Amino acid sequence: MPERISPADVAHVARLARLDISDDEIELFAEQLAAVLEHADDVAALETAGVPVTAHPIPLQNVFREDVERPSLDRDEVLAMAPAAEDGRFRVPRILGEAP
Amino acid sequence: MSPPPSPPSNTAPSPPSNTAPSAVETAAAVRAGTRSARQTVEQHLEAIARRESDIHAFNTVLADEARAAADAVDHKVAMGQDPGPLAGVTVALKDNMCTRGIPTTCSSKILEGWRPPYDATVVERIVRAGGIVVGKTNLDEFAMGSSTENSAFGPTRNPHDVTKVPGGSSGGSAAAVAAGFASLAIGSDTGGSIRQPAALCGVVGMKPTYGLVSRYGLIAFASSLDQIGPFAATVADAALLLEVIAGHDPLDTTSIPESGPRLVDQLSQGVDGLRVGVVQELMNGVDADVAARVNEAADALSAAGAKVDTASVPAAIYGLSAYYLIAPAEASSNLARYDGVRYGLRVPGDDITSTYMRTRAAGFGAEVKRRIMLGTYALSAGYYDAYYGQAQRVRTLIIRDFTAAYEHFDVLLSPTSPTTAFAFGAKSENPLAMYLSDVCTIPSNLAGHPAISVPFGAGDDGLPVGVQVMAPALGEPVMFRAAAALERGAPGSSSAATAAGR
Repeated sequence: MPERISPADVAHVARLARLDISDDEIELFAEQLAAVLEHADDVAALETAGVPVTAHPIPLQNVFREDVERPSLDRDEVLAMAPAAEDGRFRVPRILGEAP
Repeated sequence: MSPPPSPPSNTAPSPPSNTAPSAVETAAAVRAGTRSARQTVEQHLEAIARRESDIHAFNTVLADEARAAADAVDHKVAMGQDPGPLAGVTVALKDNMCTRGIPTTCSSKILEGWRPPYDATVVERIVRAGGIVVGKTNLDEFAMGSSTENSAFGPTRNPHDVTKVPGGSSGGSAAAVAAGFASLAIGSDTGGSIRQPAALCGVVGMKPTYGLVSRYGLIAFASSLDQIGPFAATVADAALLLEVIAGHDPLDTTSIPESGPRLVDQLSQGVDGLRVGVVQELMNGVDADVAARVNEAADALSAAGAKVDTASVPAAIYGLSAYYLIAPAEASSNLARYDGVRYGLRVPGDDITSTYMRTRAAGFGAEVKRRIMLGTYALSAGYYDAYYGQAQRVRTLIIRDFTAAYEHFDVLLSPTSPTTAFAFGAKSENPLAMYLSDVCTIPSNLAGHPAISVPFGAGDDGLPVGVQVMAPALGEPVMFRAAAALERGAPGSSSAATAAGR
């Protein structure tokens, strides 16, 4: 059975999930997530050797369509809803460490 | 219409409301030209003006748009054109359905002010069928919750008792129908988000077979579980709306390649000889008054000719735990797209990573953060197999147990929710207690099966009780027949009708 989730685990997971969280939130979430995971111990403890996983409840085979050109969303309409856009593209903060 | 018979003591109460006809009656009258769509819309807008400030069912009311759409329907009728099967019928849309040019928020600050560049397939189908969209309804943020208390824009109140929650996550849609703000509503159901609020608000709410209704334009929460479905005051009205929205859509790769079922004209066929099983595992831990209504519902079906017995779905007891690993895991992946780049909120940071982290911290509420972290944890190295993998195996066990039960039964019966509507704040500090609200509805989501909640009398507190009918995949026709029989056998003839003030 997995070990109880610690505040350090919560801080690590928040980092993975790209969530800035406060120390108070870390304490609260550690407690609340532990309660949910404890409830899930019954599932974690079940004997399931040989049972296949279900990822999708209704089995569908690969879905294909004809490779035909069709209109896509209007670029200006899409960019109008972005926090920042420039020259027909999404504008983001710099992603590399060095100065521009 | 004749007034309903005077109700016995366990009949659900009637909130003050309009006296609108059903959706089936409205569409027939508008198509025949004996009633105008505009008149219907004005009646619902009046109901909204009267009570919306107390209920808060909507994030956005579309009064002008609804009037214009109604006039267009009336014009079609005047020109002798077919206005469609939903002609002049008002519909409220959960605010996680994309509507072109109209704010679609998921009741989250991270999407506040966002106007989608396209319509969801269900929206297109409703509008093409002559339905009139009156507004976008409130929900628990990103459909995560069972009370609408997690909305960033404040909770919705239960029209039967404004000190109680309407359920969730589609609480605004359920309340809109219960209060007579719209004849019909659309919700989404990942773990019970249509059926539980329907039960708590005394209306009909239904989750279709996974893949029956296109999810193109539904903002994703947990993609292997999410389904769109109808709310209505009556079973027939819910069937009418499902007929309109069901059927294959090439824009959704999980869409089943079949046309939708015919339902409305089969509802009167009855349940003579139908095999009905009451699921014992889902009666445990349920309030005594709710369990009593379920047993009375079974008796009502028996009196209508069904063969009722107890049924067992042993693995259903693991449903809640499995769900609260699978749904957060999928949510943590689906919600990675809210990064402040393409739409919605951006809180600038020093670099791209701190922009992501600040944006998401400011934009998401506590429950959404909790589920993203739970899901990220369940998927992380060292825990993946113990939690997520194991939950997916449990899902297989639940499907096997349902399959075994359906060898003996045509439909299964259970409570929809273990309790009637609860007070604000009663569970909001304890996530696990809130999650337990979904214990009876979750198994159908994990199996991908259809299920419907039908109002059946009231609890000791006088608030509505919902009874759930479940069926195997694509079992909608038989499930709706059983639901219609339940409605006919409910105390006071139909608590669904009395909830809408009829």
